[in-house]
Amino acid sequence: MEKNIILAGVGGQGILSIAAVIDWAALDAGLNIRQAEVHGMSQRGGAVQSHLRISDRELFADLIAHGTADLILSVEPLESLRYLPWLAPEGHVVTSTDPFVNVQGYPPVERIIKALRSAVQPLLVPAEQLAREAGSARASNMVMLGAAAPFTGLEPERLEAGIEALFGSKGAQIVEINIRAFRKGLTLSNANLTTS
Amino acid sequence: MNRSRLLLLGAEAVAQGALDAGISGVYAYPGTPSTEITEYIQRSALARESGVRSSWSANEKTAYEAALGMAYAGKRSLVCMKHVGLNVAADAFINSAITGVNGGLVLAVADDPSMHSSQNEQDSRVYGRFAMVPVLEPASQQELYDAMFHAFDLSELVKLPVIVRMTTRLSHSRAGVGRREAVAQNPLHAEYAPERFVLMPHNARVQYRHLLDLQPKIEALSESSFLNRAVEGSGPLGVVAFGIGFNYVMEARRMHGIECRVLKVGQYPPPRRQVDELFAACDEVLVVEEGYPVYEELFRGYFGSPKIRGRMDGALPRDGELTTDLVASALGATPAETTAVPEIVINRPPELCRGCGHRDLFEAINTVMREQVEHHVFSDIGCYTLGALSPFSAIHTCVDMGASITMAKGAADAGLRPAVCVIGDSTFAHSGMTGLLDAVNDRTPITVIIADNDTTAMTGGQCSSASGEKLERICRGLGVEEAHICVITPLRQHLDENIAVLREEIAYDGVSVVIARRECIETAARKKRRATAKGE
Repeated sequence: MEKNIILAGVGGQGILSIAAVIDWAALDAGLNIRQAEVHGMSQRGGAVQSHLRISDRELFADLIAHGTADLILSVEPLESLRYLPWLAPEGHVVTSTDPFVNVQGYPPVERIIKALRSAVQPLLVPAEQLAREAGSARASNMVMLGAAAPFTGLEPERLEAGIEALFGSKGAQIVEINIRAFRKGLTLSNANLTTS
Repeated sequence: MNRSRLLLLGAEAVAQGALDAGISGVYAYPGTPSTEITEYIQRSALARESGVRSSWSANEKTAYEAALGMAYAGKRSLVCMKHVGLNVAADAFINSAITGVNGGLVLAVADDPSMHSSQNEQDSRVYGRFAMVPVLEPASQQELYDAMFHAFDLSELVKLPVIVRMTTRLSHSRAGVGRREAVAQNPLHAEYAPERFVLMPHNARVQYRHLLDLQPKIEALSESSFLNRAVEGSGPLGVVAFGIGFNYVMEARRMHGIECRVLKVGQYPPPRRQVDELFAACDEVLVVEEGYPVYEELFRGYFGSPKIRGRMDGALPRDGELTTDLVASALGATPAETTAVPEIVINRPPELCRGCGHRDLFEAINTVMREQVEHHVFSDIGCYTLGALSPFSAIHTCVDMGASITMAKGAADAGLRPAVCVIGDSTFAHSGMTGLLDAVNDRTPITVIIADNDTTAMTGGQCSSASGEKLERICRGLGVEEAHICVITPLRQHLDENIAVLREEIAYDGVSVVIARRECIETAARKKRRATAKGE
């Protein structure tokens, strides 16, 4: 088992929380992990990404090579396009459709989706809406993790255990909302897998 | 679950390794990508229990000297900084190789190839050669952890400071790390050794000779280091892979089924015998270094060697961080076919936070400077450097810590009016005060705007060495006239009065200081979250 995952978003959107849950689950499964993240200047509202690699064999590089990512998980639609050169031919793109507009000339979301569809068959997730249904718009990133779960090579139960472990200190209610959000994403993803 | 492994950033592996190797203190000034080392120690329960001192220093030079003092007193000390921070600490660092140490002294320095958060990509291994001290460059988080024990032992064995060099990619990447049994701290043991520590010429000459005489021993220690090893292979091409360059070589080798011999080097000076063996066995040698082609240049020699490939002949790019793709291509592999980035993808540069006080300050500065014929604003390193970008485009220089004040002074000396500069509270404490003293002594007409957000914000909100009223006291103490030390609050509702204050102080023909004081919104929010969490 080896998965190369690129997490994409804008500084402050919480991709490191997604990474932390996957890391926890991968460590729990006894896998090797390398997870490169961005700290410093770019964190201030800039494009950020995390290269996450999990494997049952020894890993060397912290960075994913071009054309070898099994999954691009993006919490922002425009950012899902930025890392396409890393995607493997059989790789998956799971992206939120909620734009984060903080730059001039941000293209219309329809054009972004069109560009994405011309390259891959993406799984599009109305993350914020599903997160609200789960109890808080702030749980969007866990919706995204749920939607991407089938492509991570990790059991959903293990990822949920990771959510419990990471959000546990914030109280039972926060854990519950995030688990609900995760399951909403997962349900959407599974429905998509059976129809496509 | 495998609880014995901790999931650590490279920087955190350095911190945990140093704690387990028995340090009594860490000294540092924040700087990406090195900040997390000290932050980890500050959060560590183990560090608290064992009384490891860990608060931030005013700058890298004071940090280094304090670490040297702790090592003088016989204890193990760690000093951390980013690559350009070592320029600030260089005087202390270079001379500490002449004095040597008693307790172990390890300098953990994090370089930033590709300049993710820096103004250059200087390679700290050059400093290692310059000072003639051992340099360790581990390739993984586990190696970083293990190397800390080795670094302190080595430092106490050869009685020299030892550098542990890493780069952004390793510092900011997580992996599982297994711990070993911790070592107890050294007892206090300060020896009188003025012949080593009083660097008057007659002592320094002897000590320098001693440092030169130590070099063969240091090189011999590299031959047996666990950080250096040969990977078996075949074929005419061999690779010398330094630091994390090794990771990309091994990844490319596996991915493309390349069988080449590899010499991994993680301790400097490089192990000469092992390098000789590789060169003897191969027709062509690719030198892979994450940083400058320091050893490639050395291996090539002045007259060059046709069998060496690397950054200097274009096999690898001359600048920037390495990747598996770049190394694979240098090894002759065909690049994978990839999907291009669609044209509609625009850049998303970093920006000042919405609600940040610097935004209001820059708006006021821009209004006042637009009234001037010459509207240069000298600035410095911190979040406010983002004022150089749209929509503000408010600052025109950012060179090194503290240079805003001194460059404004020099420009004023040249006749530029007005000469205005913007510097943060933490940067002012780091290297701004001495420049302000120069301006006061010369009665230079400059206006120093201190953007006081009560924190070192860009690196994540560390304690600033001087903020709040301390800043006024420092400015008064340095001789700035009381009437020309003004405090403003950069908030929208104060815009007009702030403009008036700035206009008046910029018109003043002498040294004036305007302190724009409002807490960083990130730091304020974090404090609030902590208070709420405690209240529950």
